[in-house]
Amino acid sequence: MASIAGADMKTRLQTWLPKLVLSPSLALMLVFVYAFIAFSVYLSFTDSRLLPSYGWIGLENYTKLWRLSHWETSLKNMGIFALLYISICTALGLTLAIFLDQKIRGEGLLRPIYLYPMALSFIVTGTAWKWFLDPGIGLENVIQGWGWEGFEFRWIKDRSLAIYTIVLAAVWQTSGFVMAMFLAGLRGIDNEILKAAQMDGASNWSLYRRIVIPQLRPAFLSAFVILSHLAIKTFDLVIAMTGGGPGRATELPATFMYSYTFSRNQMGIGSASATIMLITIASIMVPYLYSELRENH
Amino acid sequence: MVFLDVDKVTKSYGPLDVLHDINIAIEEGEFLVLVGPSGCGKSTLLNMIAGLEEISGGEIKIKGKVMNGVHPSNRNIAMVFQSYALYPNMTVGENITFGLEMHGVEKSERKKAMLDVATLLQIGKLLDRKPGQLSGGQRQRVAMGRALVRNPDVFLFDEPLSNLDAKLRVDMRIEIKKLHQKLGTTIVYVTHDQIEAMTLSTRIAVMNGGHLQQLGKPKEIYDKPNNVFVATFMGSPSMNVIPAVVRNLAGVPHVEIRRHDDSTSLLKFNDMKFLERENQKILLGIRPEAITDPDGADRKSDNICYLENRIEVIEPAGADTFVSMQLGGKDVTARMRSDTEIITGADFNFAVNMQKAVAFDPESQVRISS
Amino acid sequence: MAAPMQETAIRTGKVARTFIYLVLLLFAAFYMLPLYVMFVNSVKPLAEITGGGMMSLPSVFTLEPWVKAWSSAQIGVEPSGLSPYFWNSIKMVVPAVFVSTILGALNGYVLTQWRFRYDTIFFGLLLFACFIPFQIVLIPMAKMLGVMGLAGTTWGLSFVHIVYGIGFTTLYFRNFYAVFPSELVSAAQIDGAGFFQIFRRILLPSSGPIAVVSIIWQFTNIWNDFLFGASFAGADSQPMTVALNNLVQASHGVKEYNVHFAGAILAAMPTLLVYIVGGRYFVRGLMAGSVKG
Ligand SMILES: Nc1ncnc2c1ncn2[C@@H]1O[C@H](COP(=O)(O)OP(=O)(O)O)[C@@H](O)[C@H]1O
Ligand SMILES: [Mg+2]
Repeated sequence: MASIAGADMKTRLQTWLPKLVLSPSLALMLVFVYAFIAFSVYLSFTDSRLLPSYGWIGLENYTKLWRLSHWETSLKNMGIFALLYISICTALGLTLAIFLDQKIRGEGLLRPIYLYPMALSFIVTGTAWKWFLDPGIGLENVIQGWGWEGFEFRWIKDRSLAIYTIVLAAVWQTSGFVMAMFLAGLRGIDNEILKAAQMDGASNWSLYRRIVIPQLRPAFLSAFVILSHLAIKTFDLVIAMTGGGPGRATELPATFMYSYTFSRNQMGIGSASATIMLITIASIMVPYLYSELRENH
Repeated sequence: MVFLDVDKVTKSYGPLDVLHDINIAIEEGEFLVLVGPSGCGKSTLLNMIAGLEEISGGEIKIKGKVMNGVHPSNRNIAMVFQSYALYPNMTVGENITFGLEMHGVEKSERKKAMLDVATLLQIGKLLDRKPGQLSGGQRQRVAMGRALVRNPDVFLFDEPLSNLDAKLRVDMRIEIKKLHQKLGTTIVYVTHDQIEAMTLSTRIAVMNGGHLQQLGKPKEIYDKPNNVFVATFMGSPSMNVIPAVVRNLAGVPHVEIRRHDDSTSLLKFNDMKFLERENQKILLGIRPEAITDPDGADRKSDNICYLENRIEVIEPAGADTFVSMQLGGKDVTARMRSDTEIITGADFNFAVNMQKAVAFDPESQVRISS
Repeated sequence: MAAPMQETAIRTGKVARTFIYLVLLLFAAFYMLPLYVMFVNSVKPLAEITGGGMMSLPSVFTLEPWVKAWSSAQIGVEPSGLSPYFWNSIKMVVPAVFVSTILGALNGYVLTQWRFRYDTIFFGLLLFACFIPFQIVLIPMAKMLGVMGLAGTTWGLSFVHIVYGIGFTTLYFRNFYAVFPSELVSAAQIDGAGFFQIFRRILLPSSGPIAVVSIIWQFTNIWNDFLFGASFAGADSQPMTVALNNLVQASHGVKEYNVHFAGAILAAMPTLLVYIVGGRYFVRGLMAGSVKG
């Protein structure tokens, strides 16, 4: 829309103002998101350690990274965490949504209770769960105090089980949100279809399995995208609950990146790990956003 | 002097041309209706007159002044939109006076202008309401009030009645016509409804596919359509277009039409010039009201022909009865008086008013001048 | 919450309904559990907790832990309590919420009401920026804040949150304004209103609900942020979340669990309050960020 020669001042101004107003956001975005990403990706190919340095070393950081057992642990933990977190949140969210959709008395009270954890900081959540699960003062201590002397629950201190406590806290925080997404999907389904199916003699179970759940496809997709992106970004919760421990039992890529970059002065390797996180998220988000934006046009 | 001049105007969105060389000259006080199927570029043209769309080529002049590049608010035009586009957060009164306020008119003067318009449109009681609390018809009036209060040189209407129900649409149509007769302002009015076009306009511009098909008085457009598109678009039910062949019968031109059983009928043509086209194919255009029962035929016509054909479907419509039949391999509609005795499947002797018939070239679809 | 009640066509039997209520209540208890633990333990003496009474109501009620968490607990090297950090968070949050919401509103207005060629690409880039793992910008951002003279200040943190908040606020306003007919702007242009007048007089007065959504979302997100706070704050500009973590993770001295819980509630209080007051809008914001309107 090039402004035409001979246009009056007002017309010219009105064609430029919209662009002028967008330009600060455009500039911020280009510099602080995309240029920064480029810079970090570039750093991952350099010999940066404590400070950025510009000696090009090719893929060396990546090969080093893949040989680190610390990174391998983070990835393995990520796999366990993401798989359980996504599937439990989805299953729990869907179940609660279907149950809540049965004309439940007190729904207005239950929904906010399921959802409030989303409003809390992971640091707060982490603190609460950290002490609740702590064998010294938490659940184990309480139940033993109730006379059940042999009761043992020390997952948070156990190298092979600690990651599941992170899953527990993360599920606690976000499953209500997933419930809300499914509930909105359920409420969007045309009741006439359900009535028609009932007249055809479908049982409740087959009604849900054959008609309702297939119609929730968009909600499943959104839930998956949101949850997987949250999973990859999980950081605060681990810091607050276990600090990555015991040992490295709860290290995730996000905590790995942070400690390699800021405490171990291995900025090149840190950047390489951040780049891998970005690529993983992009491979999920880009197709999703692309299809959503195309639909809207 | 030409009041509003659309001169060789074109519009393209990138490689896509949506308007081709549009020329329309409008005199002061005219009511011009732009009509055409949806997507033909009517709104685009109107928006270019308003200054809401940039003009890709040509010029638009109002009172002799070139308007290209002039901001919409400086063209002294006013516009009524299909969705009414009332400002949702403002009261009716504020909606009406917003334009005056933006033009720096004194508050007391604004109030006076608002009250005048409110009286004219009988919306005095609504002034303190929000648009959300109004019915469709009331919104329509407010939208017109907002346009009227500016006392513009040209009124632009973009399908202002298409969101109203059928009854209200007819009422508002009459009201708009009255308003035009009373105020005498120049109006450009867009619609896809050919009845609105016929009833409201002093002149009609028929558009299709970004081309101006015909510009003329309603009667001209109706009786002498430039081409098959205009002929079939204007009028309801639309004009019958029947493949036919010109024959010379003792020095008088006739058209030969195939009937339902593949036998042929000859109908006399008044225009001797058709002799030049002896044995050539044409498309014969006859409006339904020119095919009637013999007693209902136009007495003033000097050329009534008779044609026997089988009745396929009968549709009583109250005042008239419409009859469908096969002619030249096409479905053809005739319009009978409602008390005519007719039977589905029976043969009937129709009267055809050939004085009103027109002919089109089958290749170019353009009317053969007569 | 957004989902309206409607008649469900599905009928369930009595046994099934009892089971459903049971499950729903069980999970309500599960979600309330940490909040309960935090509250009851923040008002009892430390000995009651260590003595195995974490789940019981306090036998001695005391506000001591709250007072201590707020004004005298050891955070890092200072026995300052959480209060200075609480104010740091406020100083960081208020300008960030304000500016990012205004920019989002303007962007949404331009993207929906003023046609221009690359709007979808622009919006796509902005939207993707909402979802990047922020680890990828930490290093250059630290450098840049230094260059801009904002390193270690709450202004610097505000700036960071504005930059990475614009995507969401723009998303909200864009989806909200998308349903306004474009004829509205045309009518206003003919009436003589300019770009900003149209925004201020016609769109903005109807934007209340979405502004609340945007403000609540931004407030919650920025208040709860830990990564940027931990990476860019100086010792005296740390936000509440970072200070709370320092308090809880401190390795020296006796672990005062009751103080930790009181501190956690203090850190959660503002967002919980916002949730209680504007929960409906909070959920709308959440949903808009996942299933686009
Ligand atoms: N901004 C645009 N970009 C590309 N094509 C457009 C744009 N606006 C309108 N068109 C096209 O121009 C043609 C005319 O549109 P319009 O004037 O709205 O038609 P009408 O009002 O007669 O229904 C349509 O084919 C439409 O698709
Ligand atoms: Mg149109």
